[in-house]
Amino acid sequence: MLKLLQQSPLSARIGMGIVILNILVAGFAPLIAPYGETSVVGDVWESFSARFYFGTDHIGRDLFTRMVFGARNTIALAFITTILSFSFGSSLGFIAAVKGGWTDQALSRIIDIIMAFPTLIFALMILSVLGSSITTLIFTIAILDSTRVYRLSRAVAMDIEVMEFVEAARLRGEGLWWIIRQEILPNAMPPLIAEFGLRFCFVFLFIASLSFLGLGLQPPLSDWGGMVRENAGAITFGIYIPLIPAGAIAFLTVGVNLIVDWFLHLSSGLHE
Amino acid sequence: MNNLLEIKNLYIEAFYEDRWQPIVRDISLNLKRGEVLGLIGESGAGKSTIGLAAMGYTRQGCRLASGSINLDGIELFDAPDEDLRLVRGSKIAYVAQSAAASFNPSHRVIKQYAEAPVHHGIMSYQKAEKEAIEIYKRLFLPTPEKIGYRYPHELSGGQLQRTMVAMAMACKPDIIVFDEPTTALDVTTQIEVLAAVKEITEKMDKAALYITHDLAVVAQVAHRIMVLRNGRLVEEGETRALIKNPKRKYTRELLNVRTLREEKNITDKMNVILKIEDVAASYTGQDNVLEDIDLVVRKGRTIALVGESGSGKSTLAKVITGLLPANNGSITFLGRELPKVLKKRKKEDLRRMQMIYQMPDTALNPKHTVRKVIGRPLQFYFGIRGKKAEDRIKDLLRDIELDPDIYIDRLTTELSGGEKQRICIARALAAEPDLIICDEITSALDQLVAEGILNLLQDLQNKTNMSYLFITHDLATVKAIADKIVIMLEGKIIEQGKKKQVLSPPHHEYTDKLLASIPEMDPDWLDNLLENRPSTFI
Repeated sequence: MLKLLQQSPLSARIGMGIVILNILVAGFAPLIAPYGETSVVGDVWESFSARFYFGTDHIGRDLFTRMVFGARNTIALAFITTILSFSFGSSLGFIAAVKGGWTDQALSRIIDIIMAFPTLIFALMILSVLGSSITTLIFTIAILDSTRVYRLSRAVAMDIEVMEFVEAARLRGEGLWWIIRQEILPNAMPPLIAEFGLRFCFVFLFIASLSFLGLGLQPPLSDWGGMVRENAGAITFGIYIPLIPAGAIAFLTVGVNLIVDWFLHLSSGLHE
Repeated sequence: MNNLLEIKNLYIEAFYEDRWQPIVRDISLNLKRGEVLGLIGESGAGKSTIGLAAMGYTRQGCRLASGSINLDGIELFDAPDEDLRLVRGSKIAYVAQSAAASFNPSHRVIKQYAEAPVHHGIMSYQKAEKEAIEIYKRLFLPTPEKIGYRYPHELSGGQLQRTMVAMAMACKPDIIVFDEPTTALDVTTQIEVLAAVKEITEKMDKAALYITHDLAVVAQVAHRIMVLRNGRLVEEGETRALIKNPKRKYTRELLNVRTLREEKNITDKMNVILKIEDVAASYTGQDNVLEDIDLVVRKGRTIALVGESGSGKSTLAKVITGLLPANNGSITFLGRELPKVLKKRKKEDLRRMQMIYQMPDTALNPKHTVRKVIGRPLQFYFGIRGKKAEDRIKDLLRDIELDPDIYIDRLTTELSGGEKQRICIARALAAEPDLIICDEITSALDQLVAEGILNLLQDLQNKTNMSYLFITHDLATVKAIADKIVIMLEGKIIEQGKKKQVLSPPHHEYTDKLLASIPEMDPDWLDNLLENRPSTFI
């Protein structure tokens, strides 16, 4: 692993730098932020100054503070959601591929039905029925997202499943769990990791768009997507404020994708 | 006579382990008009690399390091891409090993034929079509007027390989590079292609480089032979002289016909390990791909299941292991009838019947270490773990003649083809089976490596008295190891009996054809065969 990191290309290192920076900021948010997350400390939409590094938001809270805490909420949420969606999606996908037949049919058709709805509308529906708590938010997005993961892991596993080493394991009498965990998973890892990075970004953007519609994290909690929404009005007055959280989203997305590109490269077996 | 192709002191390098390392060293060769030069060697000998270099081309990650490649007065070494493009296809053409993979599946064959000459501006599409039909005729393709209008998947492997040869002829090149054109084919189909190659080189007066690992094949078509090993020239000579009187030890090893093993006596009194009665199977539920299969495997003996691709021999292996449940008949293993479906079989039965596969690359999980591959059956069947397992794994590695200290912690991807196959054998041995089903286990390996594997299996059989069911299309292998031979054609057993009995006349008609198609180490073999059996090719 360490050797792999040493060989990583510059782009991947920049990506890792960006992600690590974000994680550090999120982790040490209370230490870094000069003000409280929700305290009103200045005028509405003040410009940047020595007091407010990024200026203030639409009700006079320090934008830098909000950004720092926002990193925490947004990244943690996206991370948990992605992990969940991958656990659901890939285990179901692997089971479908290995078991085949009836199990595969049933699972795949259910997933098809969920996928038939536009994601955003589906999420809006569930969230407006169940209310927008953090738990429901996480589970809703995780389940919706796991459909894509299911598709991918099923396809990847089907390719591996026909290999003779899986047949050899079956002939040995190995159970489903062993085949999935020992034979398929290690070989399916590279594309799944690459997909993980991508999904992570999408979740991130999805939460942002839900926040934008008012169904994401509820105020006064800060998250980057929500901050874009809250401050969207400022754009009409030529004030830069909403661009900062939008830029942070873009920044992290680019960072994650730089790493993902590297993984994709590795998993395709090219080493230059 | 002038040399058409002159390669002088050629070095080719490949980039691996972070530096450029030579893979072809100091090779010089000359090729005159009308001459066929055979390049022979095992995989990694650099023969394909040299074949491609003759066209001024190298695979990705390789480069022409130094030397000179002179094609009819044009220097190809370091020539600009533009010049190379003009030469390739029109002056020198290439026939790849797998025609099936080299054709575009969505265009008709004849359209792909015409592509190069039209592109090079040599002739119009209509003219190319006409010429294609001419050449198809010369290469003995059936219905030459119509065959070009089929799609690649509508042709058999041998036909496809011949249309590929025709395609190489499209621009009337002076030289053709044949890169293992018959390796992927059955023996009976191989003859069709060899006849086509001979037709082109002899009657159409083209020069050719013929690359193969099979000395008996190259002896049929080449005037001169170069034996290569690890990118170096081992020996070069006129075909007849080289075969009669090889100078180097390596060439002699290649020439050696597989040592015939003493046939073990086989009688009706010996213990029956596996008995198959009246088995039929199908993939769809209707049309049976296997029918009326009866065979018996006895303790400590090797039974060879022989047939060409599509004869149903691998399907039979699937039926025996339960992967494809038989829809009729019975399979009796060690005196008890086995359930037809794999899932219903007992762990003990699974343990006592092991399988080894054709492609060791796909039969081993690339993410597992040797320790894990061999250790798993020990743990799974016998519950052996820890130090005990470690010792047993080392013993098994010694049994398959690999040094435990070097190999035990290697990933399976860090092994050569032969080593991988040995690990597969060790995995099967770990289960202490009574029967091992070997599905074409040597056909993906180099000749000398394959021989090592066969010898190993022999030794193991002598030690443990296991039985083998040996599935193969290679009659030379069968001759080397079988006690009993079963010949399959189109899903049925057409002949079976003790080795001597099957291999000596009178033969079944098909057995006869099969036996006659194995190339012999005699340069006149093909000519004689073609004279006596011209009807094979229509």
